[in-house]
Amino acid sequence: MTLLQVDALSIATRAGAPLVDGLSFSLNAGERLGIIGESGSGKSLTSLAVCGLLPADLTATGSVHVGDLEVIGARESELIAIRGSRVGIVFQEPLTALDPLMRIGRQLAIVLRRFRGLRGAAIDDAALAALEEVHIRAPKRVLRAFPHEISGGERQRVAIALALASGPEILIADEPTTALDVTVQAEVLDLLDALVAERNMALLFITHDIAVVSRIADNVIVMRSGVEVERGTVRGIVHGAADAYTRDLIASAREFDDALAFGDIR
Amino acid sequence: MRRRIPHSLTAGTILVAVIVLLAVASWFWLPFPIDDMSGGRLEAPSWHHLFGTDKLGRDLFARSMIGARIALEAGFFASLIGGLVGVTLGLLAGFAQRWWDSIAASLLDSLIAFPTLLVAMLLVAAWSASLTTAIVAIGFAIATVIARVTRLLIKRVLNQDFILASRASGSSWPRIIVLHVLPNIWPTLLVALALQFGLASLSEASLSYLGLGTPPPNASWGSLLQEAQATVTTAPVGAIAPGLLLVALVVGTNLVADGLREYLDPTLRRQS
Amino acid sequence: MIELRGRSERFGERSDWLRRRLASLLASLAAASILLFLVVRLLPGDPANALLSAESTPEQIAAARRLVGSDVPLQQQFLHWLGQLGTLDFGESFISGLDVRAEIASRLAITVPLTLGGFVLALFVAVPVGYLAAARARSWLGVLIGNLSQFGIAIPVFWVGIVLTFVFALRLGWLPAGGFPLDGWSERGEAMRSLLLPVLTIAIVMSASLTRYVRSATLDVIGSDFIRTARAQGASYGRAMWQHGLRNAAAPVISVLGIELATTFIGAVVVEQVFALPGLGSLLVRAIAQHDYQVIQGVLFVSTLVVLCSGFVADLIQRLVDPRLAATRAGHAR
Repeated sequence: MTLLQVDALSIATRAGAPLVDGLSFSLNAGERLGIIGESGSGKSLTSLAVCGLLPADLTATGSVHVGDLEVIGARESELIAIRGSRVGIVFQEPLTALDPLMRIGRQLAIVLRRFRGLRGAAIDDAALAALEEVHIRAPKRVLRAFPHEISGGERQRVAIALALASGPEILIADEPTTALDVTVQAEVLDLLDALVAERNMALLFITHDIAVVSRIADNVIVMRSGVEVERGTVRGIVHGAADAYTRDLIASAREFDDALAFGDIR
Repeated sequence: MRRRIPHSLTAGTILVAVIVLLAVASWFWLPFPIDDMSGGRLEAPSWHHLFGTDKLGRDLFARSMIGARIALEAGFFASLIGGLVGVTLGLLAGFAQRWWDSIAASLLDSLIAFPTLLVAMLLVAAWSASLTTAIVAIGFAIATVIARVTRLLIKRVLNQDFILASRASGSSWPRIIVLHVLPNIWPTLLVALALQFGLASLSEASLSYLGLGTPPPNASWGSLLQEAQATVTTAPVGAIAPGLLLVALVVGTNLVADGLREYLDPTLRRQS
Repeated sequence: MIELRGRSERFGERSDWLRRRLASLLASLAAASILLFLVVRLLPGDPANALLSAESTPEQIAAARRLVGSDVPLQQQFLHWLGQLGTLDFGESFISGLDVRAEIASRLAITVPLTLGGFVLALFVAVPVGYLAAARARSWLGVLIGNLSQFGIAIPVFWVGIVLTFVFALRLGWLPAGGFPLDGWSERGEAMRSLLLPVLTIAIVMSASLTRYVRSATLDVIGSDFIRTARAQGASYGRAMWQHGLRNAAAPVISVLGIELATTFIGAVVVEQVFALPGLGSLLVRAIAQHDYQVIQGVLFVSTLVVLCSGFVADLIQRLVDPRLAATRAGHAR
């Protein structure tokens, strides 16, 4: 059974203006799909729609199957059952995605308690292990810290740890490196790469950056104004895009980004 | 391109306009001279006396019209004083550096803690009770609020890159202030002043109610309410009407402030 | 990597801030005392004039000036004033001869319960109502509450008092229209009944503005990213709000509680006039009318003390609740 099946997903505002129109794709274990587009292309909304976390003033139509649950129109209790356990999300801005008034350790503990049923000292050990898994130096101090007291790269690693702590089969990464420094971006990307591979998860990677997606995804869908414009393997798209818009995207990436390491394309 | 005018702005303007109309009209025409005590005492409202009469036989509607004038004067002049003094002080504080800056910051933050009425009572205790004293006192309180807002705004503006770019291209500070700083801060300041207008009218009414504002026989709404309180069972209109007018004025100015905020800053995600 | 601060470092910073904040409190108090002193003394005419008439003899004038203390130079008067403040000795009223401190203390026995009662009641109303207004922002309930609070902040507190008196005391006769039992708090029941309407009056007006703050803070939290993250991790909306939303919404509300408490205090001062309560407010108003400077100074000083202290306590609580403030020297919430 496919882990994630999206058919003709459309998202519109209350007034009827379409933000996403007729998007379809599927993901199995171990598969990695990238969705590329500029801001306003509707790509982030897609990730929210998969978990049923769309803002109340938007409506989704079509079909989104996570395992055997139809997300669109599902009851909140059904959605809660898949959030975290089946699907995990890493968001773009870790500073706002974490509770600013709660220590990291406690935020991890909440997830560990809920999904692994751990208590007491077992939680402390598990939290430590979770942070070590995302390569955080000095994990004990980070556990006791507040989000604003650690660096951006560490925060995003924490966010990744949080998302993975519940053991999801599908990981959605919504522009996870956009808010980070360029040097840190590469590290976090590699980390994601390794962790997803280790657990044989399905990965939905959303970004506006071709160079980034080329490092981590196998296939890619290009979106523009809510509509799919092209899809294919990363190699195929980068070397020979059929659509003009896609070609423009790639060309501008090539012009500005000397560090586009084509040798790393999967 | 014209932006949509928010509902709050129109509604607020209408409310304020009604009060302004009453006030302006009071200059030219009053149904009865205010010291005319010919009406019976504490008469109920009639076509003759729209709000009835007070305990001395004076027409309440006429007195309320004067009250409108006083409330607007208080609001306007106190806001004017507060705005001018506050912006100047705020500008100075905003450009202050290092320890001048810390002093300014602590000073403004501690001044803000003092409620307007407390300050007003102090000044009234020092001088005599009059509309002018009330206006100056309230104006001073407004100035502290505006100064603090101005300082914060300026600090934020000065941090932005286009200021740096301006200086790099050789602009002098006065030029930068006029061309870049003021155009950026005036919308927020205007909204703040609109809010303070209503608060000023409320403060003047409170002072007059306590007998510390416009002295009798002047007809500030606050004084009218104070006089009417003793006879509220026999003549309730006297205790209700001036209050409603005051509420109308303050709700009006608050709506105008909200509407201005919406109109001037379309980047608002939601109403606050 | 940003240097993490351990527990002892955090404690050191906190006591550092505490010392600086206390110093600032004392400085503000000193500044307020100077201001009070100057404003009262810089009147046209001598304070002693309040005791004299047009036909006073030179001896009477001199005696009055000696009594008032205006026969010595201004600096000496100021030092005397500071010394008095230090021992909280406010002297005696020139008009009534009564000890000012005792007068103020007995008046505080009414004003303080009035203020605190009104404030706490307002909070009890504002927190759930503000939360509802935010959670149901788009429904009729949210809009209604929003408009009601808009209306509520525009109402003068004394007018609410008059209306309540009219309805509950005069028309319905359930509660006294004013006054306070002569024996004060020893008549517990009567005292409470006398304070009920005044407390209600204050609570109505203060709950309007507090509701707006709670609503705004809750709206911010509802739309926040960390609530979204919590829900993405399988928490229900309610659980997410309880575990994360509560504290985050409380922080900005606490930051304004100091000022709101000061405003409540002043509201109490006005309300005392409406209900003829023998509190600090009526003392002040009478003193101003009679030019009773000792009393005026004493009351204004105590009021200033209350205002500054409530600000200090609010800052302290805020600092304890929000760890981000420890990162800024001045401790101002951004």
